[in-house]
Amino acid sequence: MSSQRPSAWYAVPAFGFFALFAVLPMLLVIYLSFTAWDGLGTPALNGGENWSRLLEDSEARASVWRTLVLMVVSWLVQTPIALLVGVWAAGKQRSRAVLSSIFFLPLLLSTAAIALLWQALLEPNFGAFVGGPLFLGDPDIALYTVVLVISWQFVPFHTLLYQGAARAVPPSLYEAATIDGASRVSKFRHITLPQLRYTIVTSSVLMLVGSLTTFDTVLILTNGGPGTATRILPLHMYITGFSGFEMGYASAIAVVLVVLGTALSLAVMRWSGFRQMSSQQEGS
Amino acid sequence: MSRRSWVRPLIAMGLVAVTAVVSACGTSGPGETNAGALKIWALEDPVLNKIENLSIDSFKAAGGNASLETFGNDPYKQRLRVAIGSPQAPDLFFNWGGGNLKEYVDAGKVADLTSVLEENKAAKDAFIPSVLNGAKLGDKYYGVPMRGMQPVLLFFNKKVFSEAGAKPPTTWDELLTAVDTFKAKGITPIALAGTQAWTELMWAEYVLDRWAGHEVFQNIRDKGPEGWKDPAVVEAMTKLKDLIDRGAFGSSFASVGYDAGGASTILAQGKAAMHLMGTWEYTNQLDQSPDFVKNGDLGWVAFPSIPGGKGDAGNLVGNVSNFYSATQDSKSLDAAKKFVTTELHKDSYIEALVAAGDVPPVVGAEEKLKKSPNPEYASFIYELVLDSKNFQLSWDQDLPADDATFMLTQLQEFFLGKVSPQQFVDAVAAR
Repeated sequence: MSSQRPSAWYAVPAFGFFALFAVLPMLLVIYLSFTAWDGLGTPALNGGENWSRLLEDSEARASVWRTLVLMVVSWLVQTPIALLVGVWAAGKQRSRAVLSSIFFLPLLLSTAAIALLWQALLEPNFGAFVGGPLFLGDPDIALYTVVLVISWQFVPFHTLLYQGAARAVPPSLYEAATIDGASRVSKFRHITLPQLRYTIVTSSVLMLVGSLTTFDTVLILTNGGPGTATRILPLHMYITGFSGFEMGYASAIAVVLVVLGTALSLAVMRWSGFRQMSSQQEGS
Repeated sequence: MSRRSWVRPLIAMGLVAVTAVVSACGTSGPGETNAGALKIWALEDPVLNKIENLSIDSFKAAGGNASLETFGNDPYKQRLRVAIGSPQAPDLFFNWGGGNLKEYVDAGKVADLTSVLEENKAAKDAFIPSVLNGAKLGDKYYGVPMRGMQPVLLFFNKKVFSEAGAKPPTTWDELLTAVDTFKAKGITPIALAGTQAWTELMWAEYVLDRWAGHEVFQNIRDKGPEGWKDPAVVEAMTKLKDLIDRGAFGSSFASVGYDAGGASTILAQGKAAMHLMGTWEYTNQLDQSPDFVKNGDLGWVAFPSIPGGKGDAGNLVGNVSNFYSATQDSKSLDAAKKFVTTELHKDSYIEALVAAGDVPPVVGAEEKLKKSPNPEYASFIYELVLDSKNFQLSWDQDLPADDATFMLTQLQEFFLGKVSPQQFVDAVAAR
């Protein structure tokens, strides 16, 4: 059996890159998190000072909370939309191809373009909603505006995942259900959803870890403002590191991000039974 | 798969990583091309970079050799910091003087230019002393001015003012009256690009300076964050809070930007009446709303005085100038010193700056300024600087980067009303 698998040599390039661009920087960041370094001169070890400061930093705590809100709300917004549109787009309706291409349009735009576009649309004096709510200027709603923009950007991608997966569901299952007299809704509930189970897991992991590390959209759209209303953890790290040049402290925040991200994807994998990865289909 | 068959690929993987790292380090020696040329770094600017290249041409004509590299604002600050201790460091680097430069000086990275300036009296005396002092730390000079002076002025829309029967404010009380007048007419009294904290900072800088004098901030800068506890800071911030609560900046400033279609545009279109901004606002308006400037509707005054305040009404805040400083470890330190003492006050360089609309940091430029594309404006700024007793560098450039970043965050919270004057002071003093 093992002789038929590719030799481990095949993994060398991938592992090499991983070691160089992921493991090595990660180790450096862990080291830096125990130092004081302003980017000039050499890092000086300062024990656990960054870490005790992190525990007392109310701004860091608030930004962890904002990150969680962003994560949960964008999952709640994106999953149902992507699931429904994806399943719909997997069908054979007449308007499907045209409408799907329109839905997938945001996928073609770069993040910077999307952020600038929405920034202009939501501008309070010259945007599309003059006199309306201050989407980016009201500290109470700015975070939700960010969620909407991020969702607008990523729903098409997840729709694509669901579309592909829904197409792979064997038609025989639906045919059998039709013969049994199942309604549209119960077909969706009892055939489509269970068949898409692993796609839901994959898409959710991507969404959750993605929102944990999302950064570029928020940086350009609000730069964490108004005030600190949208300063999520990665942005707090960036501002600390590259505006305040407190590289040691920023590294401590980075370590927290790494730990949270890893724990999150492990947890989702475990609870969702992703590891067993058995096929849900007949005959296998 | 046996355990052993994993071992060799693992070792190979390790070797790949190590080789990659070593070879990356190996190539990072000093640039071989253009050996011996003075490496100059500056901030990107389509107009001024050409002038800086002119000074390099003139330096070359005199037998020297130099080349210019330019970067955008944020990348520049990050790159400079990383590069300055490395073999990639420039020989001359652009900076803002003040505390921003002090960090590099304290790290031993910047060459002392005092003696070379003393030896070249003509160079030293060519510059306005208060501007030259922008790069003076302790009693040593670490930089030479190389771009125009950019104090912050109160710009206003003349048409909006005359329609409302208001006149440009010269005192704080007149400012408050004007605010009420415009508010009643449904015009945002003061445009503010609140997405960027440095625009809000200009208000804090001027109000504290006018109310308590420039010494209060200098004390903070020189003696540390304890200086914020001076009671004058809370008093000044309370005055500013009154202005904010009065609705002076409208309700949407927190999502108005400066860069495009933001604060400058609402001033030009008459949706706002005033705008506190650096002198670059003029060129910006000329570029984005040319008719507004050409019709003569753009007005400007110095920041109003505050009755009962201790600060001199002539004091200025803003970008004093930009400076070239030499790196201590430069292999071409002598050439760098020669460059800053010969090229930066040459008539041809100064005239090119004037022609680009800049106000040069040199003495006796009155005649030259008549050739400026906007002579009235340029002369106004020039006189303002010459008459000022103190020209305070923007706080965010004059404080160490970590304190400045923290203060800007607190200031944004203050403008949003989330932090009171006392809470602002407590927060920044506790750094």
